[in-house]
Amino acid sequence: MKKIVEKHPLPNRWLHWINFPLLLIMIWSGMLIYWGNDVYRIGWGDKTILKFFPDSFNKALNIPFRLAEGMSLHFVFMWFFTINGAIYFCYLILSKQYKFIFPNKKAFYEAWQVILVSLKIKKQLPVQIKYNAAQRIAYTGVIFLGFAEILTGLAIYKPVQLNWLCYLLGGYELARIEHFIITILFCLFFIVHILQVIFGGWNNFRAMVTGFEIVKDKVENKNSNTDNEL
Amino acid sequence: MNYKVKIVPEYILKRRTVLSFMLFFFCITIAIFSWYKLQHQPKEKEALASLRSGLETNEWIFSHLFSDKNLSRVYAKKFAAARVRVNGDVGLKDTTQWQLNIIKNIGDTLKLDLADLKKLPKTTITFDFKCIEGWNQITNWSGVKFSDFIKYYKLTNLSNLKYVGMQTPDSAYYVGIDMASMMHPQTILAYEMNGAALPSNQGYPLRLIIPVKYGVKHIKKIGSIYFANEKPKDYWYELGYDYYCGM
Repeated sequence: MKKIVEKHPLPNRWLHWINFPLLLIMIWSGMLIYWGNDVYRIGWGDKTILKFFPDSFNKALNIPFRLAEGMSLHFVFMWFFTINGAIYFCYLILSKQYKFIFPNKKAFYEAWQVILVSLKIKKQLPVQIKYNAAQRIAYTGVIFLGFAEILTGLAIYKPVQLNWLCYLLGGYELARIEHFIITILFCLFFIVHILQVIFGGWNNFRAMVTGFEIVKDKVENKNSNTDNEL
Repeated sequence: MNYKVKIVPEYILKRRTVLSFMLFFFCITIAIFSWYKLQHQPKEKEALASLRSGLETNEWIFSHLFSDKNLSRVYAKKFAAARVRVNGDVGLKDTTQWQLNIIKNIGDTLKLDLADLKKLPKTTITFDFKCIEGWNQITNWSGVKFSDFIKYYKLTNLSNLKYVGMQTPDSAYYVGIDMASMMHPQTILAYEMNGAALPSNQGYPLRLIIPVKYGVKHIKKIGSIYFANEKPKDYWYELGYDYYCGM
């Protein structure tokens, strides 16, 4: 006999795993489009520290001269990405799952504690349910990124019909930069997310597929789940 | 919100794990297979067939949401670039005597020269020109509003059709544009850039300026204009781009 909790409800799991390839296709096709005017860089004056993207990178991924293909993918899969995201958000609100995810009052203090523990400076994690404060902030942040990605995308897709949106986001040129930066943030989130999943271990990963997580036998009270990884 | 801790026999957990992962890998297989199928579809005008029909669905949706009350943002003339970017020279080589042919019907062509167009009210616009490649530039243009042109030459029966087609004199570059976008109040048959005649690389003597479309539709050196209910042929559409290209 094992003690388990039903960690991830079925809709959460489906929507999460459907989102993964959709986001991947959106980012990939976005890179094909971005190549058409690949002017962003980190640097100042004539000094460039990092060019988005280096020629070798483009060549290795076979990105050049695929603008039309990128646009056709991007403007078809945008619907699936948006609809899946909208269903997820509605589900989050209606099922009250958001209570696990949106940061609560102590979130920022606790997030700091989580970082200290991760860095082995502190030993004891604050008591938590499902997600720790750092995860709450990260997961709420990535939902926000999804919204921002759709809004900035709409602004550069229909800058005349949605001229008010384009204006609010600082104009066409700025909206395109914002859309790009948000995508970079998505990628950074993805890297951290994957690392966390690897450190989280099998029990944690299995929960995202099966839904249940085995509770290690340290449950002090039924309100808290000491297994605190993802 | 809290979790309920359940106590469950191990064999049930094993069964759940195996079934869930089987379904999981099955879905991954389906996804990879679908992607493969998509990539190996026949092409429709250089775009994968189902993506092409996706783009056509977008066209249907966004042409119904289109309103000519929505205008491209305009700027003061001082913001217009003096050095205007040039991005294409297809159809500009022809050097024969230019004239504008308005094909009203088979065998019924209205022939105009620049002086005829200059008699009509002049409209100037400074707007943010947007290329399909992703760059944009504030530029200044003057000419005749297409809707004024239609009214003046009494072509309203033709403007009830669905599309306008335009070609360079040598027919090397050609575009097709929906009528609503052509009749948009910012759509101009432009003969001036920054207050002077168009340079030859910007389509002297006459080009289209249509702020609700990407640059690919702003045909340079218009030689003929015709009207149709079927989509007129379009240069970049044939190379895999969206036909509508509407903003």
